[in-house]
Order: sequence, then C-alpha cells, then structure tokens
Amino acid sequence: MSKDKINLSRRNLLKGITAAGAASVMGGFGMSTAWAAPKSVNMGFIYVGPRDDYGYNQSHFEGKSAVAKLDWVKAFDEENVPETIEVVKTMESMINLNGAQVLFPTSFGYFDPFILKTAAKYPQVMFLHCGGLWDASKHPKNVGSYFGYIDEPVYLSGVIAGHMSKTGKLGYIAAIPIPQVLRNINSFTLGARSVNPKITTHVVFTGGWSNPVKEAEAANSMADQGIDVLTCHVDSPKVVVQTAEKRGIMCCGYHTDQSVLAPKGFLTGAEWNWSKVYSDYAEMIKTGKTIPNLVRGGLKEGIVKSSPYGKVVTAKAKVHADKIRKQFMDGSMVVYKGPLKDNTGKIVIPAGKQHTQTDIALESMNWLVEGVIGTTKS
Amino acid sequence: MNETEMGYMGVVIAVLGGAIRVGTPFLFVSLGECLTEKSGRINLGLEGNLIMGAMSGYGVAYLSGSAWLGVLVAGIAGMLLGLIHGLLCQQPRVNDIAVGIAMMLFGTGLAFYLGKAFIQPVAPRLPALALGSWSDSSVLRAALDINVLFIVGLILAPAMAWFFRNAKWGLIVRTVGESRDAALAMGLNVNRVRLYATMAGGFLAGVGGSFLSLYYPGSWNEGLSSGQGLMAVALVIFARWNPIYCLYASLVFGGAAALGPALQSVGITGGYYLFNAAPYVLTLAVMILTSSSKQRFAGMPGELSNR
Amino acid sequence: MWSYIESIAIPVAALLLSLVIFSVFILFSGANAIDVLEAIFRGAFGSWFSWQNTLVRAAPLMLTAICTALPARIGLIVIGGEGAMVAGGLAAAMIGIALNGLPPLLVISSMVLTGSLIGGLWIAAVGAFKHYRNVNETISSLLLNYIAIAVLNFLVLGILRDPASLNKPSSYPIGDANMIGNIGDTSIHGGLIFGVVTCLILWFVMRRTTFGFAVDMIGGNRRAAQLSGLAVGKLVIVTCFIAGAAAGLAGMIEIAAVQGRANTSLNAGYGYAGILVAFLARHNPLAIIPVALLLGGIRASSGLLQRNFDLPDATTLVLQGIIFIVILASEAFYGKLNWFKPKVVTA
Repeated sequence: MSKDKINLSRRNLLKGITAAGAASVMGGFGMSTAWAAPKSVNMGFIYVGPRDDYGYNQSHFEGKSAVAKLDWVKAFDEENVPETIEVVKTMESMINLNGAQVLFPTSFGYFDPFILKTAAKYPQVMFLHCGGLWDASKHPKNVGSYFGYIDEPVYLSGVIAGHMSKTGKLGYIAAIPIPQVLRNINSFTLGARSVNPKITTHVVFTGGWSNPVKEAEAANSMADQGIDVLTCHVDSPKVVVQTAEKRGIMCCGYHTDQSVLAPKGFLTGAEWNWSKVYSDYAEMIKTGKTIPNLVRGGLKEGIVKSSPYGKVVTAKAKVHADKIRKQFMDGSMVVYKGPLKDNTGKIVIPAGKQHTQTDIALESMNWLVEGVIGTTKS
Repeated sequence: MNETEMGYMGVVIAVLGGAIRVGTPFLFVSLGECLTEKSGRINLGLEGNLIMGAMSGYGVAYLSGSAWLGVLVAGIAGMLLGLIHGLLCQQPRVNDIAVGIAMMLFGTGLAFYLGKAFIQPVAPRLPALALGSWSDSSVLRAALDINVLFIVGLILAPAMAWFFRNAKWGLIVRTVGESRDAALAMGLNVNRVRLYATMAGGFLAGVGGSFLSLYYPGSWNEGLSSGQGLMAVALVIFARWNPIYCLYASLVFGGAAALGPALQSVGITGGYYLFNAAPYVLTLAVMILTSSSKQRFAGMPGELSNR
Repeated sequence: MWSYIESIAIPVAALLLSLVIFSVFILFSGANAIDVLEAIFRGAFGSWFSWQNTLVRAAPLMLTAICTALPARIGLIVIGGEGAMVAGGLAAAMIGIALNGLPPLLVISSMVLTGSLIGGLWIAAVGAFKHYRNVNETISSLLLNYIAIAVLNFLVLGILRDPASLNKPSSYPIGDANMIGNIGDTSIHGGLIFGVVTCLILWFVMRRTTFGFAVDMIGGNRRAAQLSGLAVGKLVIVTCFIAGAAAGLAGMIEIAAVQGRANTSLNAGYGYAGILVAFLARHNPLAIIPVALLLGGIRASSGLLQRNFDLPDATTLVLQGIIFIVILASEAFYGKLNWFKPKVVTA
C-alpha cells in the first residue's frame, strides 16, 4: 500500500471527526465516530485461530473475503492472535501501519480488557466486536458489538432432529459451558422437544475449542449409547460430522455448510452469514451513516441461515421446520417463554414471562434446559 | 442386550475401542522413540514428526487418491526430520534434547505452513478390517473396526522386542545404547547406528501421524495433535524401553483418553478436565514411585542414565 | 580473548545463516525474500511503535527463559516454564482477588511473592523428583505443564468463575487499583522491568557468587562436584526453585499487567517460547535479554507478514525453528575457531 493512500484516509478521518460531532449532538444510539463518506474504507479483521479451520474463524474469513471484493474496501487480517496483549499490538499495528479505520476483532476474549482499553486510546477508530455486550454507560463510544442469533437455525435443526430421531436421544458435543454454547444446546433441545417432549439431549464437553481426538471419541461414545442425531459447537465440526456419517447416524452441521462431508446422514445445519454483516458495515461507513453500537439479528436479518436439508429429511419434518422458520422471519416466534425448568428442576423462566430473541438477558444464560443430560460445572 | 441402552457396558466398549483408536498413534510414536532411545539418544521432537506426518500424509493422500501412498510419504517425512536430528546430534557438544525441541518447533511450523491447503479437502481414508461383522450389535461392530495400521503396530511391537533380543542389528543398537566406549571398542560406528535408529524412529512417528489424519479422527487441521507425540516419549519411560510394554502403555493411554467422553455420554458429567489430566498424573506418579536414585531402570539404555 | 570474539561471532554467523535458509524457503513459496526480511525488520525494530511491540512481547520471554536456562546450568533440561507460569499466575490471581481492597502496594507485593513461590515450588518439585528418585526432569516438567493447565481450566470454569465473564470464563478481577501500569508514556507494561532486572540479578549471581560457581561446577561434572563435597541435591532444588519462581513471576505479571484476572489466556505459549530463548542465549542470563528481544521482534513482525505478503502465521514459526536448529548446530564450532591452541579432546 502506498503512503499516499494512508494519508488520504487520515484526511478523511479528520473530516470524519468533525462530522462525528454533529452525529453525537443529534443524539441517538450511535457511534460518535461516524464520518463523512470516505472514498475508501480500511477494515482490519483479527481471528483467534487459523483462517481456514472449517469453522468459526473461517466463517469470519469468508465474510472478510466477501467484503474485500468491493473495490472501495481494503481488507486485511491476522490469524492465530491470542487473547493477550498481543491482540492489543495487532490492533495498534493495523491502525498505525495499515491505516485501519474499522477493526473487527472476532474472538470473545478480545473484548474486555483489550478492545475497551485500546478503543479509549484511539477514539478515531471504530472497534466492532463479535459477540460482546456493549454497555452505553461503561464503554467507549467508538466500540460496538454485533452478533447473530444463531440459536434460531439451531432450533430449526432441533425440530428436524426431533422428527428424524428414532431413539429419542440426541447428542451435543460442545467445547466449554459458556452462555453462547448453552443457548445453542437449549434451543436445539427445545426445538426437538417441541416435536416429541420425551426427547433427551446428551452433552459432552470436550474442554477445548479444537480437540479432534476427543470430539471423535465423544461422537463414537454417543453412537454407542444409541444416540442417533449428533450436532456440535466446537471450532471445526468436520470431525463430528464425519464420525457420525461413519457410524451411520444422522447429524446437523454448525458454523458453515458441512453437507458434503456426510451425504447420507446430514439433516441441516446452522450457518453464519458474516459477509452480509461486514458488507452492511462497509456500506454504512461509505455513505456516512451513523453506525449503531449494537447490531443483532437472526434469520430475519440474514445474519444466520440454515444449511439446505439433507436428502433423508422427511417432507413432514421440512413442512414443520419451514412453518417455524416463517414465525422467526415475522418475529412471532419466541423460543424462551415460561414456564421453563432447567435440568435440575429449578424454574428458570416463570409462567407468563418470556424472553424474545433480542433480550440481552439471554446472552448470559447459565443453565441447561430440562431434557438435557449434562452439567454447566467444569 | 438392548442396543439403544448400552449404558455402562457401552463405556467399557468405548474404552476398549478407544484404546485401539486413540492408542495407535501413541504406539507408533513410542515404538519409534523406543528404538531411538535404545541406541542411546533421546529424540524429544517426535511431536514434530507426528504433525508433519499427519499433514504430508493427508496432503499426499488427497493429491494422489491413495491413502497408503500418504502413509509412506508420512513415514518418509518423519524419517527426514529424524535425519536432521541425527546429523545434528552427532556434532560435538550438541544436546539431543535441545535439538528435539527445535525439531518439534520446526516440524510443527513447516506442517502448519504447508498444510493450509489441506484443511478443507477430504482425503481418502485408510481402510479398516471389519472384525466385528459377525456381531449384530452396531456398537461392537464399530469397536471392532480395526485399522490395518493397528495390526501392523501389533505385530511390530513383538517383532521389535525380538529384534532387540535376537537380531544382530538389534544387539548392535543395544550395545551402542548401553555403552559408547564398549561399542567403539567393538569397532562399531556409534554415530551411524544412532543416525539410522533416529531415522527409523522418525519414520514410525511419521506413520503414527498419518493414522491421525487418515484414519482417526481422520482429517487434517492445526489442532489435530494435542501433544500425543510428546506424551509418547514419556510413555517409553513408562514402558521401561520394552516394545511390548509400549504396546500395553499405548492401549492404556488410549483407553484413558476415551474414558472422559464415554462417561459424559452416559450422564456422568463434571470433572472432565481432571479426567483428561488423569493420564498425566498417573504417569508422573508411576515414574516417581518406580524410579530410584540408587539404580537405573531395568531396560534403560546405559548411555541415557549417566548424564 | 578468543572466547569473547567467538561468543559473539558464532551466534551472529548462525543467525545470518538462518536468514539465508529462511530466504530460500520464502523464495520457494513465491514471495520476495528481501522484501519479507525487510518487513520482519520493520515490524520488529523499524519504528518506536515496532520497538514497543517487540519489548512487550519480549518481557515474559525473559522470565520464562530463566526457567530453562538456570536448570540447564546445573545439568537439567527443564521444559516446565509453561506450567510454572500458569501455576504462579493462577496462585497470584487468587491472592489478588482475596486481598482486593487492601492497599495496592500490599496486594501487588503479595501477588509477586505468591506467584514466585508457587512457580518456584512447581519446578523445585521437578528438581526433587530428579534428585531423590532420578525421574527424568524433561518428562516430569512436561507432565506438570499439562497438569497445571488442567487445574487452571478446572478452577476457572468452576469455583473461581465470575458469572459476569460470560463467554470468556475467567476468575473475578483483581481490581483496577492492583494492576501494574505502563512505563511512562509508553505502551510497555512494567513487566519488562521485572524481566530485565531478574536477568541482570541472576547474571550477577551466576558470575560472581559461590552459588553460581557451584551450580556451574555441578553442571560441568556432577560426580566431581559431589566428591568435592558440594550439597548437590540442595543446590539442584534451589536452582530449580529460582527458575520456577521466575516463570511464576511471569504468570503473575500476565495477570497483574495484562489480563487482570485468571483465565485460559495464561496458557499462551510463553513458557514454550522461553525454552527457545534459553537455548539461543546458551543459558546465559545476560544474553537472554537481547535474545528475547530478537524473538519478541520476530513474533511482533508476524502480523505485518500476514497482512502485506499473505503469508500464513506459521511463517514466523518456521523462522524460529530454523534459527533454533542452526544455533544448536553452531555449538559444534565453539573452540574450533581457535586454531592457535592445541585441540582439547572432549568426551
């Protein structure tokens, strides 16, 4: 990249700061750093793992690649950046050496303290974080967070699994018991139990985001226990999906489309669509729109989607899932409504109360719903 | 037995199956390390060979369409890393353990660097022998799907034990490992023997890596090995430099790795980090209890003890 | 005189040779090697920003390198820096959380002491196993790494977990007041001072005290040292304790200067990188400082390589591996450059 280009964008930045003043006077729930339509946008992406892990990091890398195709966007990235001071240095390096105007650090652990501290130091740069909870009263104005309600397509996977399972036992292989994971397990289970209330979901926590041998062992053990639909929440679902196929049981994918890995037993899956999110951000910046601090969305907003149905999925199951999908699309579907018990018998959502998808309270979930066999303890 | 309710019997079968599935890479790496150490040198870098073998094996299997060619190339890649290790260690004052750590870093880095292109594609898998085809139970059939590489390892362990005891070359390796001076007095080329032993050991570790990527779990990515190559080195001490014990120890470690997930799948949840760490605690405890400052282990090569 | 020239000339020559080998590697992968090397230099030392980036990354490596270097002087190859760092950091965090609210100076010094103590005991155990039971120290320290990490995970996801840490399970924070700040206006945290000072003190100890002399004597010839009446066992355990204390201190700094709480990021590989630094510095505490800078610089430049050349992150891993191998091989040349003296035959 030529130096002129950096200077050019710096000038734009200066322009932007004046515009930002206007934006914040206007009030609203917006970033104070929106700028007047720059000619080009420099976007930096940071991943905690390898770009091509067939999973979470790859889904972001694909989003970055899509946005990089726009000729007025310059996108650059860095992989395998640990959640230590190294991510601070990576962010600063992208700002100082590559002239980044917007940063997308995509791992949850980057948020506090690293993004919050760095953002305070570089008020002219926007820090958009995947999954974090931005709090207007505590956090810098140039920080924002975006995330998708991936538990919506996961719920639909659960509905399909509920229809397809013969043994009534589903398996969930997950990394560690954190709110994002627990919400997926619960939505999957609720989806399945909406079809057949007797269904149980067995959970195995492998203890790490990428541990292929443990994932394969878990998949095999579950198959041995008569579980006939598997899904997972680990960095790369490849091993789980392939093992399920080998054992002749069914599976639902996660993160990206894994249907080719299991031509016989693949049912459907939940996928991210980050390219939509990143293109939207780029467009907002180009046209000088105010960037909202919290961007959330599900099936309706196109941030998440379901993988195409596998060929074993019955027509009845498809019809049912599609009906619920329509309810998600028109906003009438509520997954978490009382009365709801957790798997220790405690009532977690009392009768009459409900949490819509946008309810931030759901993002700190720490229980497993009735019907899940597993624990949130380490 | 009702197939959908295997219960605790399922745990037993999972552990037995896991012992074979998870244990095979341990077996190959530990046999390789056993051979190298018997010649009086420690190669701590077999983790690098394992990862390099996994990557190159998967890559070649994908490009050529032949899983067995992948296994061969994995072995050769491991052998080349062994060659570098062996050549460096025969220089004066060069410490074999340090070189091992360097080779681990280099092998891992190289595998990650070259392996980017092979994370997505699906390579052909190694075939398995359906030894359980007589059974009606899909659980037993799955547990008895034995990979040919495991059978090879099963034969290799007693063969190596026989080799050390009876073959002329085995005696040479042992002599070199027992006492450099004695070997020199017999006119043996100590460095050459150790070089060959390190290369052969590296070959086996590379093959062990190909089992990971080509059979179980059966794909290549950067998190594929969680230190199996390093643990296999510890396992050799556990197994007292006896190839047959290497086989047993590998099976125990494989079974231990399968125990955690198996227990969770029948509803015994919690404590999985401690379960996962159990093999390490066990190994350490056994090493502390069975070692002695007064005398060396039976079977320990003399050249390894007096330093 | 020769030995001084040698101790500079050989590593420099080895480093240059590594860069040549690395360049060939880069050429094969289709990038311009000169540009890549230039970018590495720019990313590591090209500007004040790069320097700060390098210094921050070098700080923990200085301390974890001690964990391998000191035992190596007494003849033990310990690779347990990662475990000692995790154990020390975890213990320091627990004390910090417990004492949060007391005067910061008291809290921070308690954290320093606890972190060093637990890290020290962690590696002292390795020395004790070696001395009393003849357990291979490399393997036992490796096993202790895995055990420390498992305990960390177990506690952070279990009883220590702060429910507010949501998707990044962490302990409760030690409190902003108890954090170690940056040095002046820089973005370098105070951990660098701990690292440099520790290396300088240990350099002095190893060079000028009877303890240092005894350690080197045992490392040179254990049997002879024993015969001359040195308390080998005690010295081995003390040396291991100091080594582990340095790594434990690194863990404490990671908590108090970077993370603010205990979580799995404590296990970020600094312990393993420290092994490399120790060997490249030939276990000399003073040499650890520049070598840590070199390695910190290479790691700092990784981002630039990824962004400007589309090279994978493993590129710098390969470079580190090549440097490590070549430097180790260069050991063979010490003494050989001195062709004026008769050759000393070494066993």
